[in-house]
Amino acid sequence: MLEVRGLSKSFGGFRAVSGVDLAVAEGEIAAVIGPNGAGKSTLFNLITGHLQPTAGRVLVDGRDITGVAPHKICGMGLGRSFQRTNIFPKLTVLENVQAAFLVHRGQGPNFWSRSEKLFLGESEALLASIGLGDQARFTAGTLSYGNQKQLELGIALASDPKILLLDEPTAGMSASETHETIALIERIAHERRLTLLFTEHDMAVVFSIAQKISVLHQGRVIAHGDPSSVRADPEVRRVYLGDHSTGAPS
Amino acid sequence: MTSGTVLARRIPWTLVVFVAAMVIPFLGSRYDTFLATQIAISALFAVSLNLLLGTTGLVSFGHVAYFGIGSYVCGILMKTYAVPFALALPAAAFGSALSSLVFGYFCVRLTRIYFAMLTLAFSQIIWAICFKWNEVTGGDQGLSDVPYPNLDWMSSIPFFGDFGIGDQFYVMTLALVMLSLAAMHRIIASPFGRMLTTIRENPERAASIGLDVRRYELAAFVAAGFFAGIAGALFGIFNRGVFPDFVYWPKSAEVMIMTILGGIEHFWGPVVGAATLVILNQEVTSYTEYWPFVLGAILLVLLFAFPGGIVGGLTAGFAWLRRKRRGPAGA
Repeated sequence: MLEVRGLSKSFGGFRAVSGVDLAVAEGEIAAVIGPNGAGKSTLFNLITGHLQPTAGRVLVDGRDITGVAPHKICGMGLGRSFQRTNIFPKLTVLENVQAAFLVHRGQGPNFWSRSEKLFLGESEALLASIGLGDQARFTAGTLSYGNQKQLELGIALASDPKILLLDEPTAGMSASETHETIALIERIAHERRLTLLFTEHDMAVVFSIAQKISVLHQGRVIAHGDPSSVRADPEVRRVYLGDHSTGAPS
Repeated sequence: MTSGTVLARRIPWTLVVFVAAMVIPFLGSRYDTFLATQIAISALFAVSLNLLLGTTGLVSFGHVAYFGIGSYVCGILMKTYAVPFALALPAAAFGSALSSLVFGYFCVRLTRIYFAMLTLAFSQIIWAICFKWNEVTGGDQGLSDVPYPNLDWMSSIPFFGDFGIGDQFYVMTLALVMLSLAAMHRIIASPFGRMLTTIRENPERAASIGLDVRRYELAAFVAAGFFAGIAGALFGIFNRGVFPDFVYWPKSAEVMIMTILGGIEHFWGPVVGAATLVILNQEVTSYTEYWPFVLGAILLVLLFAFPGGIVGGLTAGFAWLRRKRRGPAGA
């Protein structure tokens, strides 16, 4: 479904991502983990066209999408959320999601109909399914941090993606928010039969839902496989033992 | 959302303002009609700028270029070639739209301050052309005696019989301005308008929901240029001539001051700003020659005390009053 071959990116002399291979099968939940600065966000930005790779290819369904602009990639069934919250803060929660529906259904160039009522039912249904139904009329920027991350997920889902990339979906969340968000992501991925690739720093989260894990260290994949084999990998243990205690897979 | 704002939304404000402004020529003061004409044209120019500034989040320092192109195209066609206004006006609007398409193509490739500086650079190029191309634009002398359109048909309309040409031109200007405002209002409320607000709010996110940000910015730029062209065409006739000053950068600053003074977050903000600035200018210059000083002081107070402009300040004030009135019951 999603395949990355020999992907590399250098910033000046620094190789942020070097020769990364990755494959995510349809309907699979895969995670990329690694210490801070391992190149996880760079990898995501390369896949979604926000950065141009120095070498390598990105394939979706066998189609080469390397270097395609972000707005076109969205139309190819690849949705994403960002590590730092990325919503439209002064629009209402409903308008945030509605905007994504409008683009996805080709209404963007329509400059004469009233936008207010378009895709209203679908937007409300989507918000309800991600647990923001009660807050549809609130200004998005006033939501709690956890709710804003949920809204971001909602915006990504409105484009009806087949593959969803989530960059640290629980970053900055409290323990209970993390728990709720993960349950939500798991349910949504299941309901919509999504192929999911996410990065995460919380190892408990990763090992609870990921079916495949790739470990990134200094821009390279040092281990790849199912959770138990990754957990047992001596190289991974060595990298993580130098890290703080919560980071160590146990 | 409160019931107050729902009610406020239901009122067709464009119609209300149109009817209210139609009263002015009947009051019989030629000076008032003159001032009202200037306000209407300035309001259209300011709202067109706000399509970029408030709606799309693009700061253009060179919006006067498209106003000026509209003036010159309409003025040259009507004076030099005796083309009727009914043709000269659309030619001016489309001429402005076309030039904003060409210049905008380059401008939207840059962001923020670089975008702003490029718009300024293009407007100065247009100014230089208008200033130097003697055979066509009249150079630094401009084109004086641009004729009024023939509006004699208006005298056959009941109640309009006594109108002089100034009143007739005002009525036509008002109708064109209100139609343009209604069209822009509609554009802002459309899906396309929603796309522009997402770009203002977060261009990176807008791209990742599938929006070609540059293309939408260019479309907004062209629409803004189109309506600025209409304003410019009307202004040339109103002013009885077209001069290089119309394309000079201080006019870009003036329209931006109007827009910010009234408030960029509200559709009617620039209209209020235009009316305020035109009236203040007239009143203050009749008392003192230090108008720029007064203007500077007003802007200082405004930017620190009411960053949302006059309309932003008023809506915040009303919201506060409503909360206060409801406070004891709600608490």
